[in-house]
Amino acid sequence: MSVSLTGSPDPHRDVTVAASLGRRRKRADLTIAVLSWTATAIGLIFLTSILVTLFIKGFGAMAPSVFTEVTKPPGSGGGLLNAIIGSLIQVGLATLIGTPIGLLVGTYLAEYARGSTFGNIVRFVSDILLSAPSILIGLFVYQLLVLPFGGFSGWAGVVALAILIIPIVVRTTEDMLSLIPNTLREAAIGLGAPKWKMIVLICWRAALSGVITGVLLGVARIAGETAPLLFTSLGNNTAQYALNAPMPSLPITIYSYAGSPFQDWIELAWAGALLITLAVLLLNILARTLLRGIK
Amino acid sequence: MPPLSESPADLPKRNGAFGGLKVRESAGLNGDIRVQVKNLDFYYGDNKALKNINFDLPDRRVTGMIGPSGCGKSTLLRVLNRMFSLYPGQRATGEVLLDNRNILDDSLDINDLRAKVGMVFQKPTPFPMSIRDNIAFGINLHERLPKAAMDERIEWALTRAALWGEVKDRLNASAMGLSGGQQQRLCIARTIAVRPEVILFDEPTSALDPISTLKVEELIDELKRDFTIAIVTHNMQQAARCADQVAFFYLGEMIEIAPAADLFTAPKEAKTQEYITGRFG
Repeated sequence: MSVSLTGSPDPHRDVTVAASLGRRRKRADLTIAVLSWTATAIGLIFLTSILVTLFIKGFGAMAPSVFTEVTKPPGSGGGLLNAIIGSLIQVGLATLIGTPIGLLVGTYLAEYARGSTFGNIVRFVSDILLSAPSILIGLFVYQLLVLPFGGFSGWAGVVALAILIIPIVVRTTEDMLSLIPNTLREAAIGLGAPKWKMIVLICWRAALSGVITGVLLGVARIAGETAPLLFTSLGNNTAQYALNAPMPSLPITIYSYAGSPFQDWIELAWAGALLITLAVLLLNILARTLLRGIK
Repeated sequence: MPPLSESPADLPKRNGAFGGLKVRESAGLNGDIRVQVKNLDFYYGDNKALKNINFDLPDRRVTGMIGPSGCGKSTLLRVLNRMFSLYPGQRATGEVLLDNRNILDDSLDINDLRAKVGMVFQKPTPFPMSIRDNIAFGINLHERLPKAAMDERIEWALTRAALWGEVKDRLNASAMGLSGGQQQRLCIARTIAVRPEVILFDEPTSALDPISTLKVEELIDELKRDFTIAIVTHNMQQAARCADQVAFFYLGEMIEIAPAADLFTAPKEAKTQEYITGRFG
């Protein structure tokens, strides 16, 4: 079809062809819109169905005893106290170990190894670790700490979770440090600050809320991990928190209770699932609020 | 603008390796040279950005550096406090003497040098901390002051930077809440709080509004009583207003250096003439 340059009606313009093209455009427009809406609706249906079921069953199973009593044999009630405490200990220690390592690696990548080949390799490996199936991490720690030391232990669980959180902290630390303009670094250097003081006193401070956000998201991620704990801290049905022995945790308890034939165990599993979901939700909201402060 | 007054803490004499700041009464007549640049070449990798630069920064005078973008004036400024050392691939050869010591010498304590040669940047760069901590940061790098002396020094620096009146009631507030012009004066205060001998200004007003620009220019005029100043600027009126001597750079070479009045009214070189009359640049 030729284009009219004068603005006068194009003699070759076929009205029927134009109308048909117009209908096609509208059909295509509608089709894409409907497909997008449908896909979104399907996603939302699954998500809401999961959440609604979880909330109904979870809140239905929620009772003070969930927080006050430890796990007991089927038919005798009990709660999740030991699993909650075990999870808090393992996630807490893993965060304490993983955060400084991740922070320093991220700092190395952003402040010392920018553009260097070795830095690029470290970044690549860390990104792979970020998306590695967590069961692999569990098996790795099983080989590293469980087999040589003769048994499952809380420490092994802690190490597995720490390995999982490190790449998350590495990533956010590097990202947040990269956002800091070089002029701020030069300003610190220009006053006579050695590089380490520039990093610790200026760059870390400028990146602080972003790094905290990353740590919170990392905690949210490892709090729900089950697979790495199956091969490491194993789980335990007693109020036993020694780190050199098998240790209870919420995800493992949910895993074993949900698959059991006992009604009261299944109910506790729902309560535990709700607890983890709420904790992760809370951490995400916290992280988002912090992140909004940065932007 | 609040009056600029000297505080009792005004520039105590320093007995460093480079000699202290001189007391003010000799300012009017001294012809001392604070920084001497000799046969300076500068390279970004293989690219030679400065070619055989020779010039002096006279003590307690303002030296303006003008020239079109990419002429090397900012590069030269960044040699004077060795800022370029941060970046691999950048190197300088020749001599830059600060009180008769070559600052390009590797044996020199580079942090000590930067305490003696302060720098104010194009954009304000407040640290993400309180106004007080911004000033204290630089001081703490080089000195251990008891609280009273620290407070006194902070007040002195902010007063000299013409900012004390505006911030004295909110020293613990974040520096990020100040206006752009206030932030730039905070950066000046932060620089002079370390009591340098030389202050380098790298286009210090290009991100500021006219009123803030005027304040900073007045400040530079006031600061030259105690500090040797080099200022890179794109604005020839600013160079004419602030500088005692002006150097014109072009394609990595220093074409001409002369007292401001001479350079702008009767330049010796044709290139300078063309530049200041706006024929290129």
